[in-house]
Amino acid sequence: MPDAKPEAMIGRSVRRLEDPALIRGQGRFLDDLSLPGQTHAAFLRSPVAHGRIRRIDTETARTLPGVRAVLTLADLRPVLTADRLPLQFRSATLPTGITPFVLNEGEVVYVGETIALVVADSRAIAEDAAALIDLDIEELDPVADCRDALDEAGPRVYAGRADNVFSRFRQAYGDADAGFAAAAHRLSLSLKQHRGGAHPIEGRGVVASFDRFADQLTVWSSTQLAHEARGFLVELLGRDENGVRVVTPDVGGGFGAKYLFYPEEIAVAAASLLTGLPIKWVEDRREHFLAAIQERDQYWDFEAAVDADGRLLAVRGRMVSDAGAYVPQGINLAYNASTAFPGPYVLPAYDLDVFVTATNKVPTIPVRGAGYPEGTFAMERLLDAIARELGLDRAEVRRRNLVPGEAMPYRTPMASRSGSAILYDSGDFPAIFAQALERIDYAGFEARRAAAAEEGRTLGIGIACGIKGTGRGPYESGLVRIGKSGRVSVYTGAMPMGQGLKTALAQITADQLGVAPDQITVICGDTGTIPLGLGGFASRQTVTAGSSVHQAAAVVRRKVLTVASELLEAPEGDLELVNGEVRVKGTDRAITLKAVAEVVSGVPGYALPKGAEPGLEGQDPFLPTGLTYGMAAHAVEAEVDTGTGNVKLLRYVVVNDCGRAINPMLVEGQIVGGVVHGIGNALFEWMGYDDRAQPITTTLAEYLLPTCTEIPPIEVHLVEYPSPLNPLGVKGVGEAGTVPAAAAIISAVEDALREPGIRLGEVPLSPHRLYQIMRDCGRSA
Amino acid sequence: MDDTIAVALRVNGRTFQGRCEPRTHLADFLRHELGLTGTHVGCEHGVCGACTVLVDGRAVRGCLMLAAQADGAEVRTVEGLAAADGTLHPLQAAFVEAHALQCGFCTPGILMTLVEVLNDTPDADEAEMREALSGNLCRCTGYQNIVKAALTAAKAVSGVRGA
Repeated sequence: MPDAKPEAMIGRSVRRLEDPALIRGQGRFLDDLSLPGQTHAAFLRSPVAHGRIRRIDTETARTLPGVRAVLTLADLRPVLTADRLPLQFRSATLPTGITPFVLNEGEVVYVGETIALVVADSRAIAEDAAALIDLDIEELDPVADCRDALDEAGPRVYAGRADNVFSRFRQAYGDADAGFAAAAHRLSLSLKQHRGGAHPIEGRGVVASFDRFADQLTVWSSTQLAHEARGFLVELLGRDENGVRVVTPDVGGGFGAKYLFYPEEIAVAAASLLTGLPIKWVEDRREHFLAAIQERDQYWDFEAAVDADGRLLAVRGRMVSDAGAYVPQGINLAYNASTAFPGPYVLPAYDLDVFVTATNKVPTIPVRGAGYPEGTFAMERLLDAIARELGLDRAEVRRRNLVPGEAMPYRTPMASRSGSAILYDSGDFPAIFAQALERIDYAGFEARRAAAAEEGRTLGIGIACGIKGTGRGPYESGLVRIGKSGRVSVYTGAMPMGQGLKTALAQITADQLGVAPDQITVICGDTGTIPLGLGGFASRQTVTAGSSVHQAAAVVRRKVLTVASELLEAPEGDLELVNGEVRVKGTDRAITLKAVAEVVSGVPGYALPKGAEPGLEGQDPFLPTGLTYGMAAHAVEAEVDTGTGNVKLLRYVVVNDCGRAINPMLVEGQIVGGVVHGIGNALFEWMGYDDRAQPITTTLAEYLLPTCTEIPPIEVHLVEYPSPLNPLGVKGVGEAGTVPAAAAIISAVEDALREPGIRLGEVPLSPHRLYQIMRDCGRSA
Repeated sequence: MDDTIAVALRVNGRTFQGRCEPRTHLADFLRHELGLTGTHVGCEHGVCGACTVLVDGRAVRGCLMLAAQADGAEVRTVEGLAAADGTLHPLQAAFVEAHALQCGFCTPGILMTLVEVLNDTPDADEAEMREALSGNLCRCTGYQNIVKAALTAAKAVSGVRGA
């Protein structure tokens, strides 16, 4: 680790480099891009969840003034190498024929699936024309619920499939049968978890433009995966890397929805290649509801064996996860959920039978939290149930089951999908949990509850713990260069979507090169500047890109010192990098980084200084050996209106191990935002479908995101157990806040209603639904 | 064939004239006809508030108002918040200081909503401020720092007025 000098930028709440432009309305988001001659695209989408296209008649649509082209799959085929998108996470274990089509001309399998593309002089004209396409579809029976999908007598998601199971796997270790044989108590739980969509305020969007002179297709996309997107384009368009550049502008939030390459992106790119026109498509909110990925439903049915003291012995059961109609990415969502279940607790034996089932709905892939909230919810509901069953305090049950501090690093018997062991690398779970209880004054809650009861108010307190594997590999690119201008630039395939990643990377670089962060340019997600990258997912970027950039900057630092030592005629050990200069310590002898960069850029015919290489550039990719885990303990107080079912959160405490915090202000911002996403999952966000799998919540007035008035004061207490797995000691925090939030909130609501024995096992818990549950238990006022 | 209409209005103190289809909403007109892309469009059905601008001093949803309805109006957008010399508006300064923006996409609408709040009720307390912000969605920040920044800016503005 670098020395923690007083002037060090790492560890400081440096104000963000991103803000000066954004705060003035000078951000550069996808829809702000306007190319000469730009045209606009709109899609014709399937109006039914399952159907067979008989005819697509585009003749009338083509005649509308302002329409440049109306394209179906048949029209795009000349520039495509395949009709379907490749699977993002290549896997031999999944069946073939399960990825989305570029455009569908045959059997449509969800409402919103792309069928045709209109290119016109304006978006409005393109939409008008899309409405004029005469689409004749024979509607087929859909699979609307992932549990019904398992019914062998029921309909199939695609005609001809033997069943509706994309994948079935067991997450199992230990001897569950022995655990049950030895159990003092057995409990069974049945949980219904729904997570809605990602809903960044900026939807997806793409602009494609083909430059015949350069023979290059440039695609700007509001995405979390620039380099992966280029890979898809290269493959599907049959071009090589020189012929496709993907550039990512400012991204207005992602939350998982943009960590996928979509049919719209390839369709627009192919249409641009075919027509020679610059084409823009910007997703509207309705399209986000219909066609951007969601996380949606998981059903957990399991039983647990516990000993007389409330310690877990074994858990076995079944989990059914709704994959939607295609598998564009993989089965990582269900896999994560299954491995997240033990969380920070010791679970000696585990046997979960997981069904990844197909439904006639838009595909699911991870949204912020990526399956971890579901696994965490299942474990935390179980721990509450154990407390009740055994008459123990909920905190005590958790204390008895948490991995003890002295057991760290703790190797679980499970493997991540890369095959490496799931190993909790550092931290002290009981200490973090104890701090959360102390911060919310758990011990004093009964008095607060009693006082509120005097006023006729019903209070509960909820607690939950979670961990999130972060910093997923295999690598992220990072290149640092000092140009002849003297400017320090950082290039990476990592993809910011609001986190402040550029600021964090500049801070990391600053400490190596002795340059203020605001004197550093960070360029992310442009395949024209760095050849490789994986992008923004799995709370990974400060860990992976941060470490790669840290190491790259160290390479550049060494090069600078080598040259400066020659030029200043002083040993390297006497030199320091400060304020954009290399100085001989304790003297006024110095040379600027600009001068060093000029020297190593070379003078024609003259030699470089001894030991110097051309240019000041460094790369030294960090290759993580495993995920790094930060534990979070949440505690929340809630008030339940027993007359209406309304839940009001009063106070929220988070204690979160973030490893070494590069910028505590940004870390806290990530955690608060994550908690609020979890509040949405717990109480508000419900993506509804009717029994024909027709979406019934397609506006933000029907699908409720948390707003300012529903959010309690959220106190974040950071604890720093550095990770031994990366050179900076950092852990990811992008999703940490979301993971235990719904579990903590539902625990609080159940606690508020504890007397009549109401059992809560579902999210989201709307006032209406809670009122129903209370009424069924005779509790409503 | 030209079925477009003329729209003349003042935006951030400058006079603009443009033409658009009658169905063009104000946010699209500002963005695509006038090139003022600081105003963002998040839902186009009046819920998210990203497109909020001031029309004759009142905060409106740019996606729920036709450009034609703004003919002759005085419009203020995020581009007009900072002073001519670049000095940030107290709200902008407070947002940067309090880390009240992450992706920044909802920020322009939130700033313009708050300009009206600070103008009408600069002494708003936290509950009132939260209520005033409840028509703007932010998916990144969890709102906490937005409220904090708004209260800081309100204090700064009141201080200036009181002086």
